[in-house]
Order: sequence, then C-alpha cells, then structure tokens
Amino acid sequence: MSTTTTTESAELAPVRTDSLAELLVAEERPPRPSAWSASLTFGWRAILKIKHVPEQLFDVTAFPIMMVLMYTYLFGGALAGSPKEYIQFLLPGILVMSVVMITMYTGVSVNTDIEKGVFDRFRSLPIWRPSTMVGYLLGDALRYTIASVVMLTVGMILGYRADGGVPGVLAGIALLVLFSFAFSWIWTMFGLMLRTEKSVMGVSMMVIFPLTFLSNVFVDPRTMPGWLQAFVNNSPVTHLASAVRGLMAGDWPADEIAWTLGWAGLFVAVFGPVTMRLYNRK
Amino acid sequence: MSTQTSGLAIETAGLVKTFGETRAVDGVDLTVPAGTVYGVLGPNGAGKTTTVKMLATLLRPDGGEAHVFGHDIVREADEVRGRVSLTGQYASVDEDLTGTENLVLLGRLLGHRKPAARTRAAQLLEAFGLTDAAGKQVKHYSGGMRRRIDIAASILNTPDLLFLDEPTTGLDPRSRNQVWDIVRAVVAQGTTVLLTTQYLDEADQLASRIAVIDRGKVIAEGTKGELKASVGAGSVHLRLRDAEQRPLAADLLRRALDARVQAEPDPVALTARLAAAASHDTAAEQAARALSELARAGVTVDNFSLGQPSLDEVFLALTGHDTRVSDASDTSDTSGQDDSHDPKDEVAA
Repeated sequence: MSTTTTTESAELAPVRTDSLAELLVAEERPPRPSAWSASLTFGWRAILKIKHVPEQLFDVTAFPIMMVLMYTYLFGGALAGSPKEYIQFLLPGILVMSVVMITMYTGVSVNTDIEKGVFDRFRSLPIWRPSTMVGYLLGDALRYTIASVVMLTVGMILGYRADGGVPGVLAGIALLVLFSFAFSWIWTMFGLMLRTEKSVMGVSMMVIFPLTFLSNVFVDPRTMPGWLQAFVNNSPVTHLASAVRGLMAGDWPADEIAWTLGWAGLFVAVFGPVTMRLYNRK
Repeated sequence: MSTQTSGLAIETAGLVKTFGETRAVDGVDLTVPAGTVYGVLGPNGAGKTTTVKMLATLLRPDGGEAHVFGHDIVREADEVRGRVSLTGQYASVDEDLTGTENLVLLGRLLGHRKPAARTRAAQLLEAFGLTDAAGKQVKHYSGGMRRRIDIAASILNTPDLLFLDEPTTGLDPRSRNQVWDIVRAVVAQGTTVLLTTQYLDEADQLASRIAVIDRGKVIAEGTKGELKASVGAGSVHLRLRDAEQRPLAADLLRRALDARVQAEPDPVALTARLAAAASHDTAAEQAARALSELARAGVTVDNFSLGQPSLDEVFLALTGHDTRVSDASDTSDTSGQDDSHDPKDEVAA
C-alpha cells in the first residue's frame, strides 16, 4: 500500500551532516573587523548589487547626459549668447546639481532595503553600527563618480575646457563626491524615518528642488532680488558649485572650499547621529 | 562578571515588550541551560518572535531583564552579539546576492580575511548541498534552499547560541526533516539552540525542554515528559475492521482503561487517552489488557498503536483553545466526553 521510497528532489543535494559537523568544530574566532573594514565590506555589497542589477546605473548615466544637453541648449543662447560659451560657465554647476539630485536615491534604497530580513542579521552582528549606512554611501560615491565622468565627457564634447587641467578636475570631482557623501545622511535619515518609498520620494523632491535650483548653478546671483540673494549666497549648493567651478578653472578658491567642507561636516554631525538613532530603533 | 560559570545560555526575568496598547511579551521568564535545544512553542502572535528579537538585541525590552551567557542584553549588547546568531522567520540573507556572495559578505563582516571567507563559504555550501546553486541569486532559490543558506549564514562562526525562529514554517516535509538534521548536527557540537515553533511535533522532535507561550506569557515549562505527563500517560489508537463495532469497543475501552475515548473522523478509528496516574501499570500493560478485553468481546482490531500524547493535546489542555484559533480542528469529541468518573482501578490479578 505505502512504499517508503523517498522521492529525491532533482536539483537539491542532501545535507552532509558529517562535513557539517567538521565545520562546526569551534575554531578561534577571528578578531572583529575594524570600522573601516566593515564599512568597505558593505560598500562591496552595494557594488555587487549594481553588478546584479546594472539598470540602476541609468540614473547616473542617461539622466546626467540629459541634464547637460537640456540646459546647455535651453539657456545657452539667451544667457551667454551661445551654448558653446554657456557651457564654460554651466558645466561645473550642472555637474553639482545633477550629482546632488542623484543622492536622493539613497533614501529610497535604504527604505526598501531596511524592510528585508537581512537587516535583522546585520543588526545582530558585532560590528561598528554605522558601517551598514556608511557602506551604502561608499557604494553611492562610486555612482557619483561615474555620473561626474559621464557629464564631464559630454561637456568636453560640447566644448567645455577645464583650465585647471587634470588636477583641477580631479580635485573638483573629489570635493563634489565628498560633499555628496556627507549630504546623503539626510536621505538615510528620511529613508529610515518615512514609512513608504513614495513618501521618501515626495519629501526628497521637496528638499532637492529648491536647494539645487536656488543656487548659482545657472546664473550669477547678482541679478536676483535681495532676499533671494541672501538665501542663494549662503546655500551649501552655491558654495559647492563655486568651489568646483573654481577648481576646474584652475583657481584654488580656499574660502568656498572651506565653506563646502564646513557644510559637509555639519551634515554628517547632525544627520549622522539621527540616522543611527533611527537605525538602532528600527 | 561570571560568564559561563552559571551554565545558563539564557536567563530572563519578567521580560516585557509593548507595541502601543498590546503587550506582545508580557512578563516572560525563561531559563535555558547551555548546550541544549530549548523549544518555545506557541501559536501565531503569541510573542515568540518578539522574545527572540529582544534576546538577539534587535529590540529593546520595555521591562524586565535578560542575560545571554551572563551578559545583559541591553547594557552589554555588543558582547551578546559576539556570541549569538539569528535565523529569522523570513530569510535573513540578501536576496539580490548569490549564495557565495552572501556567505563571503558575512564572513568578511565577522572578521575573516577574504581568502578565509571564500574557503569557509565554499565548505558551507558544500556541506549544505548548495554547491550547484552557489552562483545563483538567492531570490531564485526554493524555500528549502533559502532555509539552508540562511542557517549556513548563521553558523559561519560557530555561535554559542543560535536562535531559530520558526525554521521550518512553509517547508515541505522533506526539507523540514533536513532542517531538523541540521539542527541536530549543530547541537551535537555544543551550540545552544533556542527554537521557536508553532509545530508541536517539531518541538517534540528537537527540544529537550519546552516553554509553552500564549498571549505573551509562559503558560507551562518543563521537559517534554513533564509537559506530557500533565495531560496524560499516552494514547492507544485503534482501527477496527467493522465500524458497527465501534460503540461497543469504545465502551469496553472506557471501562478497561478508565480512559477518555474519542471517536476519530474515520468511522473505524478510536483513540483512548490514558490518564496520567490512573494506574500503576505501564501504558503498555494497560493497552495489552484492553486488547484482550476487546478480543474476548469479539471485536476485530485491524491496527493498533500506542503513542505518547501529542503536544497538540498538551496545548489544548493548557490553554483551553486550539493551536490554530481560526481553524476548528477536526477532532470531534463524539463519545467519551465523560471524564469525570473517578479512576477505579480494575487491575485484574
């Protein structure tokens, strides 16, 4: 009536308890990884995710190209006489604007990722607590670098010339990536604070649009009304755009660089701890 | 700072966790000796997962205290994290990464250098029969494979205490048995396991001590034997050749064994539950006597078995409600409800 032959499932090999037992024999546990090493490992995780889902690079390739082309030809003739002349002013600014805009995807990915079971495991590991978040941002730093290189290439094709040469360009990109890394702690905070992906996106838009447009990215602030100048001249995005523009032009605008670094420090100091508080409570 | 001297893996006192109005965990006291499998048994929503999450330092308790190997789970959370590992109810691995990548990632996070992490990952995948799937993203794994990679991730560094939160929920019976084999292998090497489950036979199979938890409270605790003894000594299951003889058989059994006799949905099946201390005979002796009574009365028995009471019965006896609240279980007590008559020993000779 009943035969007790076990049906072997085709694809799944049996568990080998003998070799399992050997593996379980407690070895000396390796020392805990350093904060930096744990963060790098999470950065590696972010890169693996890009490897498995390369479509997510769309926002750091197609989107920046679109931004450069769109604004160069849209405003170039009216603001500077020709697109070719305008791009000399616009490129560092649009680079800053696009990369700062791209940072907001960090919040969305944190928000969708944090609900997954794997975070329970990460949070139960004896590692430096912020390393998961730092890892995200390290992965994102790679994305920002890709976006910068793409935009610079398009800009050069359109006629942009960086008088600062290779060192100026590299320093400009480095400053931009560093600032974006610091600024992203706002998004990790929102990603952990808000309940749905949609609300994260909504809030991000509310922050990012005024912050990036109300700056000196497109035009000289001197044409703006006084009250707006007051905001624009003190915006971190303006300082960053001025610093990057200066570096790429071969100047070393120490004030603007210092302002940018100061803002970056402030973002980490304020939003870093808030993020970690939310992370520990999740 | 006594760490191991107590010999206790977990000790909690009055552990409480509230979510808004609900007290998900309402004063849980647990004492788990090191080196054993401790089962926490209860229906959905009883507070099992919340308890485990507190002990694994993922949730802060709102009241009471708990120590894992002598370390306070709040003040010494980092010490606790160094000695435990957690396999959650939902796969606690990254679904976007491959099996190998997941294990290497965790190996690195646990402090292994890359070559060592790679070797360990390959060995674990091999032992868990996942070598063929090593390069596939975990989201393409079957339920059984996910469970395996999940447990593999938990034992990358052999933990002193492993939390298994409903490790076989949703698995087919075969995968379930394999997870059980894994658990047994892990315990054999000295790891303490805290296993939560809503499957009573799972706790029965694996755990040496069991806490039954319901609505955030521990309602019973003890060895399997103790828990079962609180309900009865065991049951005799019979299948008769002729359904017509069932009332007669039930009557005979009730008198011969002084037992609650229950008619099963199958019209020829009967179960007699032996009372715990009704007799100084062993359950086997009582059963033998019952069989001879039946034979003398001309009742033909096709099939006979003697079993310990199931934990389902334990749960029912302890809580007064079924393990599955919504689903009225199919045990219809049609006869033998009457267990009020006092145990008269009819031991013959």
